[in-house]
Amino acid sequence: MAEVREELKYSKDHEWVIVEGKRAKIGISDYAQDSLGDIVFIELPEVGREITANENIGVVESVKAVSDIYIPVSGTVVEVNEALEDSPELINESPYDEGWICIIEMSDSSELEQLLSAKEYDGFTKEEE
Amino acid sequence: MQELRETPLFPIYKQYGAKVIDFGGWALPVQFQGIIEEHQQVREHAGLFDVSHMGQILVTGKDAERFLQYISTNDISKLTDNQAMYTFFCYEDGGTVDDLLIYRLSEERYMLVVNAANIEKDLEWLHKQHRADTWEVSINDISEETALLAIQGPKSLEILQPLANYDLAQIKRFRFVEQVNVAGVEALVSRTGYTGEDGFELYIAAKDAITLWEAILDAGKAHELAPIGLGARDTLRFEAKLPLYGQELNKDISPLEAGLDYFVKFDKGDFVGRGALLQQKQTGVERKLIGFEMVERGVPRAGYHVYNDGKQIGTVTTGSFSPTLKKNIGLALVGVHYADIGQELDIEIRNKYVKARIIETPFLSK
Repeated sequence: MAEVREELKYSKDHEWVIVEGKRAKIGISDYAQDSLGDIVFIELPEVGREITANENIGVVESVKAVSDIYIPVSGTVVEVNEALEDSPELINESPYDEGWICIIEMSDSSELEQLLSAKEYDGFTKEEE
Repeated sequence: MQELRETPLFPIYKQYGAKVIDFGGWALPVQFQGIIEEHQQVREHAGLFDVSHMGQILVTGKDAERFLQYISTNDISKLTDNQAMYTFFCYEDGGTVDDLLIYRLSEERYMLVVNAANIEKDLEWLHKQHRADTWEVSINDISEETALLAIQGPKSLEILQPLANYDLAQIKRFRFVEQVNVAGVEALVSRTGYTGEDGFELYIAAKDAITLWEAILDAGKAHELAPIGLGARDTLRFEAKLPLYGQELNKDISPLEAGLDYFVKFDKGDFVGRGALLQQKQTGVERKLIGFEMVERGVPRAGYHVYNDGKQIGTVTTGSFSPTLKKNIGLALVGVHYADIGQELDIEIRNKYVKARIIETPFLSK
């Protein structure tokens, strides 16, 4: 069973978001990492890059599949998890902690309202199966 | 949406934790535990594969050998009973119809083992080439009633032997024995496989598939045997540079371009495609299959374009992270002038050039 964390918000593209002030920390869900399988490569966005919500900012690659990373909120990339470049498997091992992808300084916090609650996301993934 | 085809083992996949996907029209397990773990499992211990989707065609009759000799690139007349041979069917222009194994059961009985996606095409090809007025031959597709299990890896013999009423060590590479009793199931046991490891393939009646699968896994418990999906099968064969039809070979790629000259025997007499292949051999091929490793960060994938100084010189046929070598590697078909070991290449990954270098293959040699 894929883990869904109560304190996080989720997108339908299987990213999770946790908000602290104007900053949103983003990663991919346990369900997503499990569907992808062994992750062997990640392409991270550059720090300083400005993005608009739902933009593709990089990729996660498993042995078999290439998958785009979409960021569900607009803003500026202020930090990326560089540890993933050498150890992309952290996303498999710890999708909600060690495997976070980047931190965005949000320009429009109201976009968060579009995201799913943990409970809604859990229902959403069960429908997808 | 077309309904997916299932092997006789489909009903029990889930109980082993299989992740089932559409694999060229078949519902097959891509993985059980995870591709990398399964890959290492086979390299270090042993793994059990369901490859029942592969096709089996019986070619029988007085002229079976002459007929197969005419449509194969390899020299079928060299086969003795209980021996198998890797060969190609080629089109007149030298492109590849399929790559396959031919098993000589007896002088007038041969079993062809062909790629799942090519079964219908191969049958059509066999019938098209068969001249009924010249050759007395029957062609029978036995794919439906035949299941195929493969046990591969260094511990294969040790695991399988206690189940069999035959001394399996006696079976040399590319040899086989019919009617071996394995865990109460009658099997044709061959020392073949598609992983670069030692191992066996067991051809059995479809109705016996679940019984044998469970018996082998049970016997393998003490030796860490595990079921392996098709994801790891692909990374294993790729490290050993075993070609995959549809990637390293297809109707536009000849066996000579894929570097498989050894299986094309010009001195055996006429065969379909001989003229075109001989010309390729005499004038030299224009493209060559090479192996490369990524120098910069990136995973090469089949279909990505290969460049040199901004000029496209070829295409990646297979690319992946190599679980054994722990780096990103690939096979590519490139212009012959860019095919030397050490040559630097650019692989176009998402509109960017990423550096790679040609290295020796197979990537992994035993």
